Amino acid sequence: MRQIYLDNSATTPVRPEAADAMREVLLSDYGNPSSFHSLGIKAERIIKEARRQLAAACGVNEAEVIFTSGGTEANNLAVKGVARRHRKRGKHLITTRVEHPSVLNAFRALETEGFEVDYLPVDREGLVSPAEVIAALREDTLLVSVMHINNEVGSVMPVAEIGRLLKEKNPQTVFHVDAVQSFGKLPVDPRKWQADLVSISAHKIHGPKGSGALLCREGLLLEPLFHGGDQEQGIRPGTENTAGIAGFAVACRLALRDREENYRKMTGLKKYLAAEIKRQIKDTSVNGPEEGAAHILNVTFAGIKGELLVRFLAEEGIYVSTGSACHSRRPEPSHVLLAMGLSAEEVGASVRFSFSALTGREDIEYTLEKLEPAVAALRRMTGRKK
Amino acid sequence: MERIYLDHAATTPVDPRVVEAMLPYFTANFGNPSSIYQEGRAAKKAIEESREKVAEILGAADTREIIFTGSGSEADNLAITGVAWAYRKKGNHIITSAIEHPAVLETCKELEKHGFAVTYLPVDEYGLVAPEAVRDAITDRTILVSLMHANNEVGTIQPIAEISKIVRAKGVLLHTDAVQTAGSIPLQADELGVDLLSLSAHKFYGPKGVGVLYAKKGTRLHRLIHGGAQEGRLRAGTENVAGIVGLAKALELAAAGLEETVPRLAELRDYFINKIFSRIDHVKLNGHPTRRLPGNINVSFEFVEGESILLNLDLEGIAASSGSACTSGALEPSHVLLAMGLPHETAHGSVRFTIGKDNTKEQLDYVLGVLEETIARLRAISPLYREQRGRKEK
Ligand SMILES: Cc1ncc(COP(=O)(O)O)c(C=O)c1O
Ligand SMILES: Cc1ncc(COP(=O)(O)O)c(C=O)c1O
Repeated sequence: MRQIYLDNSATTPVRPEAADAMREVLLSDYGNPSSFHSLGIKAERIIKEARRQLAAACGVNEAEVIFTSGGTEANNLAVKGVARRHRKRGKHLITTRVEHPSVLNAFRALETEGFEVDYLPVDREGLVSPAEVIAALREDTLLVSVMHINNEVGSVMPVAEIGRLLKEKNPQTVFHVDAVQSFGKLPVDPRKWQADLVSISAHKIHGPKGSGALLCREGLLLEPLFHGGDQEQGIRPGTENTAGIAGFAVACRLALRDREENYRKMTGLKKYLAAEIKRQIKDTSVNGPEEGAAHILNVTFAGIKGELLVRFLAEEGIYVSTGSACHSRRPEPSHVLLAMGLSAEEVGASVRFSFSALTGREDIEYTLEKLEPAVAALRRMTGRKK
Repeated sequence: MERIYLDHAATTPVDPRVVEAMLPYFTANFGNPSSIYQEGRAAKKAIEESREKVAEILGAADTREIIFTGSGSEADNLAITGVAWAYRKKGNHIITSAIEHPAVLETCKELEKHGFAVTYLPVDEYGLVAPEAVRDAITDRTILVSLMHANNEVGTIQPIAEISKIVRAKGVLLHTDAVQTAGSIPLQADELGVDLLSLSAHKFYGPKGVGVLYAKKGTRLHRLIHGGAQEGRLRAGTENVAGIVGLAKALELAAAGLEETVPRLAELRDYFINKIFSRIDHVKLNGHPTRRLPGNINVSFEFVEGESILLNLDLEGIAASSGSACTSGALEPSHVLLAMGLPHETAHGSVRFTIGKDNTKEQLDYVLGVLEETIARLRAISPLYREQRGRKEK
């Protein structure tokens, strides 16, 4: 059976080039990067080269790249690291209601440690207003954390504008951007955003799972999540995942090489899929802004259960999801769609299609072929007329 | 030039069979384990099968006792910080030893800044913690004892099972950092009588960047990383599926090979030690003569710097390590050797050779030759050594 993978926001297959690089490191370059001997130095060099590539890709210095076990750890390190390290300066933190659970739950944990958190609302399109961020600022605001691209609906937050206004008003306040969904798709530019911290993850760009990074402005002090050796300047101790880091670098290089072309291509696919869904299937609505991220399309099919549609399509070899993968095991309604003002019923009827550079027009066509009858069947099941 | 790797305590080469087991999870089975459809389920299944394997090998009663982490260091931190905050109401006292890995020591030091009291037990000249010292240190405020199973530098194996009886009788939790023993010697959490145990895949021919914390059912833990519901909600983050599969495969292979490797490595170790003593003078064996890891040889060569020896060995294709760690750019003598009572100079002259499953007697003979030559050459230019010789000749 044909397999069409349209859940690239959850994770992506590793590129053969990245898998080859990892295989090579696993088999040959096994030294401990902290060892003094040649094998250790070789491993250290692999990490240094990966660091150089990622730094160049984001326009930061090499010393500003801290490798982690993924986007979740990077987000936790950023959010908790700032709050705990600078708590003497204040206890107020700002984020939005539509962040990834790895940001939201880090903030909730900080609330139990005595911090005060403002979770800003978003509009119908899933966007936070820069003016509201500024209005929420207090003298003792330590941190503002806003994601770049939302993983469920693809809204692109105005992070550059938030950064500019924030630093004008309150230069001491640290700015963190979760760029896990945008890295490799849109330019990730901490300097331009005036972001002090930016999280990225390899497995969303055809790199391995368990490998990510936090970009941390030089001079900004963070409280580590855990303690031990001197790896990653002591901010992130533990023997480095050399293979995962090497795979991340290769994936990054390839993602950036054809970034604009791939982005244009995905924009076309998204527009086509959205238009065809609207044309072919009644009572559907697209969630998130029209001009949202090219790789994410979130659609509500009135009268169906999104979870059932996901299973139905999976039977046909088409893989989509109801939202964030971390959620999809528990049938909890999406906090993102709820925050955008959808009713519980609408939230339950929503499905996310997400593309990658490897997605082709024929994949979308095949999906459309199966989608209309699937939705129709589900609507019949629930007694609703098409 | 043939490369001879004698630094298996630092890390091990990944077994090609482990790499083969990992590769499909990069490409064919790349799904997100949290996804509900087939692709995700295959990844989830791989993780759960790995968890079952690890649980069985470690003698865990329940697969939920196995938590995958991003390293051995993270597992140590999760155990210690996790218990400290979860049991804060019960008490604030933690007991550990002076020779632990930095992942334990630095974590304990950090907790001291947050109102915890930590006792760092001393060790004897062999690196052993006295069980009675543990008993004497326990107070009614003690919530956790964390003692490593075997030391990474000198290979001394602690009497954890014996210590467990004391600790458990007092109703205190026991954590052991088994990063050096997992895959090296038989290891069963239930037999050791520990509540928490950490290990790291790259020490037993698995990949770097993946570890395990075994946490006995009923042990409460505060999380280090919040987010999704992965790992029984104890460790958020999209799982390193390939790494987890690699860890389980490596542990399985290691466990299956122990019966053969333990005596063979111990024999090679003793052969190497005896040869060093017969061919080189002014040497001292660091660690315990018998209660030591099968692959560990740690010796101090007086009148020379460990670093110089290593540099020379490396030029001859031999990888070993020294008893010093580069902390913030400065060469510090090992805290382990100092805790065992070695003077600074002796600690600085120490070298650790750690043998692995693929090393041969021929390789060791070659290393011995190079070592003998190197030491002689370095001593010839050592004023201290010449002084000593001069004294003797008088
Ligand atoms: C926006 C966003 N942030 C963070 C993460 C977490 O990254 P990781 O899966 O590497 O832990 C994800 C993906 O799961 C995400 O989509
Ligand atoms: C005894 C001991 N504990 C913990 C660790 C840390 O494990 P990892 O290297 O996976 O962070 C090591 C190895 O570096 C070790 O030898």
